[in-house]
Amino acid sequence: MELIDHLMLGFSTALSLQNVTYAFVGCLLGTLIGVLPGLGPSATIAMLLPATYALPPVAALIMLAGIYYGAQYGGSTTAILVNLPGESSSVVTAIDGYQMARKGRAGVALATAGISSFGAGCVATLVLAAFATPMSELAFKFGPAEYFSLMVLGLIGAVVLASGSLMKAVGMIILGLIFGMVGTDVNSGAARFSFDIPELTDGLNFVALAMGLFGFAEIIINLEQREKRETFTNRITTLFPTAADFRRMLPAATRGTIIGTLLGILPGGGATLSSFASYTMEKKLSKYPEEFGKGAIEGVAGPEAANNAGSQTSFIPLLTLGIPSNVVMALMVGAMTIHNIQPGPQVMTSDPALFWGLIASMWIGNLMLIVLNLPMIGLWVKLLKVPYRYLYPAILVFCSIGVYSVNNNTFDVFQAAAFGLIGYVFVKLALEPAPLLLGFVLGPMMEENFRRAMLLSRGDFSVFVTRPISVSLLIGAALLVAIVALPAVRQTREVAFQEE
Amino acid sequence: MRRSLEIRSQKGFAAGLLYMVIGASVSYVSTSYTMGTAARMGPGYFPFWLGVILAAIGGIVLLQSLRISAERDAIPHLDMRTTIWVLGSVVLFGLLLRPLGLALSLVLMVILASMASHEFGWKGAVLNALLLLSISLGAFIYGLNLQLPVWPSFLE
Repeated sequence: MELIDHLMLGFSTALSLQNVTYAFVGCLLGTLIGVLPGLGPSATIAMLLPATYALPPVAALIMLAGIYYGAQYGGSTTAILVNLPGESSSVVTAIDGYQMARKGRAGVALATAGISSFGAGCVATLVLAAFATPMSELAFKFGPAEYFSLMVLGLIGAVVLASGSLMKAVGMIILGLIFGMVGTDVNSGAARFSFDIPELTDGLNFVALAMGLFGFAEIIINLEQREKRETFTNRITTLFPTAADFRRMLPAATRGTIIGTLLGILPGGGATLSSFASYTMEKKLSKYPEEFGKGAIEGVAGPEAANNAGSQTSFIPLLTLGIPSNVVMALMVGAMTIHNIQPGPQVMTSDPALFWGLIASMWIGNLMLIVLNLPMIGLWVKLLKVPYRYLYPAILVFCSIGVYSVNNNTFDVFQAAAFGLIGYVFVKLALEPAPLLLGFVLGPMMEENFRRAMLLSRGDFSVFVTRPISVSLLIGAALLVAIVALPAVRQTREVAFQEE
Repeated sequence: MRRSLEIRSQKGFAAGLLYMVIGASVSYVSTSYTMGTAARMGPGYFPFWLGVILAAIGGIVLLQSLRISAERDAIPHLDMRTTIWVLGSVVLFGLLLRPLGLALSLVLMVILASMASHEFGWKGAVLNALLLLSISLGAFIYGLNLQLPVWPSFLE
């Protein structure tokens, strides 16, 4: 079996002492930062990106994947204990998880989240491994026109999930694409939008952009809100769910895994959509619908399984097509580019050890998280007790040193501060930064493919609608917009996002 | 039926206006680059149209904010005090890192940034600064071997 050979290769790469160590360090750091209130996976990864620069590419990606899972796990911990979801993907967990914690079942809620995530992670890793080869074969059939249309679909898909106004989110994408234009044009060598600042000819700094928009802006918002939150940290006694808990948890986690695996593959899908969909479904199917919102274990198991499965399978479009479907994947593209890896179907053939090693390390990372974190919950809880006034200066310090060390340039520190201000204004205007970051990452790729497609068609715009794959992708994008614009769907979408 | 022209969503109005201004400026700047033709695009072509699209979207967002069905909201006030302490401390760190070195600029950044909190206390801030300095020295300078000046340049 080819799949088994691939996985063997992957595990032999991922299980080297060096890579296991980095996976471990990644999981640990990710959880450590992710558990801090108000810091979601995106901010955590942006903050820890510079820590991986000095590593060899395989180790760096393995560590980043570890950081991602760790951050997500840490985020669920904070959601359950403090009712402060770091990112939209753990918003749903906070609903019933926090209620369980209030009833003195915080330990069970945390264990449920951990076990469900692990089970889902195992399944999703297998799906990822099985899908990778056929998907990348499909990708080799793609010309520039198909790639352009695929990116349109991916970006539209990401926007459909944004909780606010559709038009505002599309605007953020375009703004991101424009930000991506800053710097030297690869085709002509002309410097664009650099305004004679030499540092800008290399483009805007990706790390500074992500840190500013997600890290700094977040800090200002948190400082502004002075409300006190109650932390349930003293009552963690029983960790292990009872047999009755397991009976209610397993079907929910299984359904969550299926939903998450499917939705994660979709462009724009991933953790957030998966967890919302799973919660809605569990609530509909449950024999105890009245318990939802009051500490139903299914409300933790389902969404946690779904968001972990979704975050895993959202690696599929990234690794096989080179298209990031959400912010975290966009950050992975940034990391890969820094290590001179162009994400796309060629990675699997040109560097199979890296490709399969990364996939295998995902499973190892998931295992580590459950082995590590359940016994270490006490430590994370202590961390939650550190007052915010000591935490945010630490975040600022690590971000500033990190962003400086990317190019050893203080200009990047100023960029991060500027994006912090921009990000803060965005929040005030109810504009979401996530689509901007996606646009920023895809901007140069999109322009490149657009220009190449138009060159091949000798300036004929119809090339995007006469090639069958390209036109189906565009129709898909149009359908997504049409569906969201339908009044009925719009209402349920608003209800779904308000169920926080 | 009376149609009142009233800005119902101030956030939407401001966002729309922002998009329009940025879009128009981007298109304007793009015209100074070579445009080229559809088959052989110059560096100005793609950004020019992105600017046009952004401005158009801005127009739609702006009109939506005037609709009767638009949800009412007001632009919340910007907490400039917090923003200046937090981001100002980062900018100052950038300015001082080269001449003064990591040790002094880091301590200064932590203390200034701490002032953004309404729970600020000198003792806590100074202790936190010293703790973070020792962690940074240990992790970044000795651990990861980052090339950062640690002490003021005039002392070396």
